[in-house]
Amino acid sequence: MLLDLLPNIIFILLLLTAAGFFAKNVGRIKRNIYLGKSIDRTDQPKERWGNMARIALGQSKMVKRPIAGILHVVVYVGFILINIELLEIVVDGIVGTHRIFAPFLGGFYNILIASFEICAALVLIAVILFWCRRNVIKIQRFWKDEMKGWPKLDADLILYFEVVLMGLFLTMNGADLAIQTYYPDAPHYAQAGSFPVSQFIAPLFEGSDLSSIILIERIAWWMHIIGIFFFLNYLYYSKHLHILLAFPNTFFADLRPKGQFNNNANVTAEVQLMMDPNADPYAAIDDSAEVEKFGASDVMDLNQVQLLNAYTCTECGRCTSECPANQTGKKLSPRKVMMDTRDRLTEVGNNIEKNKGQFVDDGKQLLGDYISHEELWACTSCNACVEACPVDIDPLSIIMEMRQYLVMEESAAPSDLNNMMSNIENNGAPWPFNQQDRANWAQEL
Amino acid sequence: MIKVSTLAECMAEGRSPEILFWVGCAGSFDERAKKITKAFVKILHNAGVDFAVLGAEESCSGDPAKRAGNEFLFQMQAMTNIEIMNAYEVKKIVTTCPHCFNTLKNEYPELGGKYEVIHHTQLLRDLLDDGRMTIAEGTFKGKRITYHDPCYLGRANNIYEAPRELIKKLDAELVEMKSCKSRGLCCGAGGAQMFKEPENGKKDINIERTEQALETQPDIIAAGCPFCNTMLSDGVKNKEKEDSLAVLDLAEMIATAKDL
Repeated sequence: MLLDLLPNIIFILLLLTAAGFFAKNVGRIKRNIYLGKSIDRTDQPKERWGNMARIALGQSKMVKRPIAGILHVVVYVGFILINIELLEIVVDGIVGTHRIFAPFLGGFYNILIASFEICAALVLIAVILFWCRRNVIKIQRFWKDEMKGWPKLDADLILYFEVVLMGLFLTMNGADLAIQTYYPDAPHYAQAGSFPVSQFIAPLFEGSDLSSIILIERIAWWMHIIGIFFFLNYLYYSKHLHILLAFPNTFFADLRPKGQFNNNANVTAEVQLMMDPNADPYAAIDDSAEVEKFGASDVMDLNQVQLLNAYTCTECGRCTSECPANQTGKKLSPRKVMMDTRDRLTEVGNNIEKNKGQFVDDGKQLLGDYISHEELWACTSCNACVEACPVDIDPLSIIMEMRQYLVMEESAAPSDLNNMMSNIENNGAPWPFNQQDRANWAQEL
Repeated sequence: MIKVSTLAECMAEGRSPEILFWVGCAGSFDERAKKITKAFVKILHNAGVDFAVLGAEESCSGDPAKRAGNEFLFQMQAMTNIEIMNAYEVKKIVTTCPHCFNTLKNEYPELGGKYEVIHHTQLLRDLLDDGRMTIAEGTFKGKRITYHDPCYLGRANNIYEAPRELIKKLDAELVEMKSCKSRGLCCGAGGAQMFKEPENGKKDINIERTEQALETQPDIIAAGCPFCNTMLSDGVKNKEKEDSLAVLDLAEMIATAKDL
């Protein structure tokens, strides 16, 4: 009796383990994002939900590049639809049934299974084409410096994963169909489902004895669901979190015109004080207030949406391929800025875990150890990266905040820029002209 | 001889002009950009627009300081400018510089400077639409003109059509570069790059953009930003095409078409 229940028990244990690990990883991501400064991005809820519906759900920015865009929609729709099937697999696994939804759904069940099969086949084709784009056509943006090593392997592994999962799904169905066809009286395997794709797999099992086909069906069924549990927990260690985070990321995206950069409120207070003729220059400085740092040198100086951006990035590289600095051979790559931010954030998170919940200074920071001055100074602030991102990530805001730190905390601007700034300070123009001569052109009309 | 009034003079005379023309540093001092300023003023004058400038009271908007990371200097500039403009009760501003335009329009309001800010291509378009200005066809008829989208006008503020409508009104043939509108390639000057040497790379950005423009085999490269204008003019010189190909601001083209 207990032995009969063994598969159910194993399944439930696996399910709980997978869910438990996943919850733990979600907790880690949440904790790490909350290391950033809080920012209120809940205004204009209508626009925000609209953006999420259009950009994340509707993939509107994805299809701006039609080939990759349409292939991606195929994988995305396939992923969502096949997840409905996952529900049945999980219930079957827990209860020990087989295709439990079939009797309830009747003819509709056949339509569902048929569409899952077609999705699976299309996903398989799309994923193979994706692999070719990376490894045969070698599209440039997948071969930039920051993609060397783990990021390249990670991207390929995810594609292999999807091939294997789809293969297992179709094998499982093919074996099932073979049992239904060649052994219609086999217990447990009722006549259910319609198999437009795996009907081509089923004949391979013709002539095999029932127990072998069942074995293959069971192996495929178990491997498929274990694979999915594994993939769920691989997400945290990979670049693939966008499948979940694209939704909050588009919701919390900046709604202002792209040219509007943040005005640092601490600076405003200081400038207002300087310009106030009634301010007392000898007033005692309030020592209790924490000295505010200008700009960002590490991930904790960034805001929570910027950190969410970093986890959301799936390293597609559209930002980098549109970046004028990168196109002309400079070191700056907006994708690398996001990858560096995420990697540093993960490092800080691991540090906290190792040190019982407290971050212990590791002598490193995002600026310098990950992102170089040279990269930051190559940016033209043109917003091409922000425009290109299919999920509304904003690398530019991070670059600008790091520049602010360099200039305001370290006075580390390139000397040309220091000249420009002292000209503005002294003459009200970036060049050394006399402010009184500003309207001289009017004499030349 | 056109007399350009300053707001100080207007105030002394008890006038409050309809619109402030924010000239910008490039438009005030840069020899090339001053031509744009003058062309635009001639058009304003010709169309009977009631405008004034700040003259010596204008100061850098702070855009290059902010984008270079000096938030303090930016806000000092912004608040000084705002104090002056608020004292003159400025309501509406037009500028020929997309950088000033963006900063005044988007970044000043939070600091107390709330104005209606428009780019000169928008004003020119409106003048044509309202019939306050007309262009006789001729000068640019049939010319191939490619338009370079300034980042701070296009992507930054979604203004893509006003400049293009002007080109069409000139009866010219608008030819688009392979990256245009929201995918327009930067000229290389933004983010304070104008004032420094570029980082090491295999090419300068303005050369890349000029090559894209040349692919369209234009007679004229149209620009709507004094910095883009400089960068593309340098690019054209680099390609030794300056004799056969002009880089012109839309205001200059309209002033020429109107024989001003």
